[in-house]
Amino acid sequence: MRDRYVIVAALAAFLVLVTSPSWYALVSGAPSNAPDIKRPATETSCVMDVSYMRSSHMDLLMTWRDDVVRRYDRTFVSHDGKPYTKSLTATCLRCHDNKAEFCDRCHDYAGVTPYCWDCHVDPASIRRSRP
Amino acid sequence: MSISRRGFLGAAGLTTLALAGKATLDALGFEVVSESSEAASGRRWAMVIDPRKCLDAGDCVKCVEACHVAHNVPSVADPAREIKWIWKEKFEAAFPFLESEHPPEALHGKPVMVLCNHCENPPCVRVCPTQATWRREDGIVMMDWHRCIGCRYCMAGCPYGSRSFNWSDPRPSIARITPEFPTRSKGVVEKCTFCEERLAKNQVPSCVEACPERAIVFGDLGDASSEVRSLLRERLALRRKAELGTGPAVYYIV
Repeated sequence: MRDRYVIVAALAAFLVLVTSPSWYALVSGAPSNAPDIKRPATETSCVMDVSYMRSSHMDLLMTWRDDVVRRYDRTFVSHDGKPYTKSLTATCLRCHDNKAEFCDRCHDYAGVTPYCWDCHVDPASIRRSRP
Repeated sequence: MSISRRGFLGAAGLTTLALAGKATLDALGFEVVSESSEAASGRRWAMVIDPRKCLDAGDCVKCVEACHVAHNVPSVADPAREIKWIWKEKFEAAFPFLESEHPPEALHGKPVMVLCNHCENPPCVRVCPTQATWRREDGIVMMDWHRCIGCRYCMAGCPYGSRSFNWSDPRPSIARITPEFPTRSKGVVEKCTFCEERLAKNQVPSCVEACPERAIVFGDLGDASSEVRSLLRERLALRRKAELGTGPAVYYIV
């Protein structure tokens, strides 16, 4: 057990090395490889504030889905009193017209594959594919 | 102020009764559910089709085209796997209970437009295990494609064959995708929804709008002055297999 200190030191060095990306992110304030998403150029505000949308847009969309399909309630009023039609393709994708560089980039980064797009259509991709 | 023993017991008894009464009512489901105006407006949507006017137009399928384009209905050639919301059926197949030795020449063997009947008492809704289909207050038999698990009980339940199943991904079979309306995915049942997305914008269904002969009339059965009600007052109307007790909302004037 004479080389105990060597082993402990090596283990500590190994742990620091393995967790270094997390430390780096904590120290520098941002993940080194955060997705470079393209925000809408013209609009400055979303239906809810950015931090809520970033963390919980999927919950909002699920609520909108049930409201439209089951509760026949198609209008969402934002906190500043602005009415929006509850629609992924007609409202969300009207401003966020670049699905590949907004939705997909972040979903790829987060490792999620939402099945919204199995049925719902990105209007911009349809426009592009047509002469 | 003092309270007598008798008064106290009486008040306690009444309180218990009131509490128990409320709990009983709640348990029996007598709560007031407020629904938004669109569906709970006292309306009963219905359709009146004039097969003779339709026949005058010959091979016209404008209603089918308008519907299927608007709703991204795929065109699958195989009749066992085809998907249809509104289509032509031979008169005697659409009305099998009218079987007669001497059928009317004007209609026998001729096609009539058929679609989901949006029944008063829909068998498809009764058998759906996930409540992916239900009857709205305004009579529309609605579907939630998010919730359909593709068990096809509704297809077995529907006596009109109004429901189709997506045996494969429908997207490759859609010639021109309309981005405003979703497509469906593999393993989901679909059918006519009386264009509820258009009704929400105060528009008539696509098929009604597309018909050049005005052979399809759409309206509210709850409104005595509506065009559907006046047509039903003046002409004899048939409903498909009404004998089954489904209460179809699509009428055929003859």
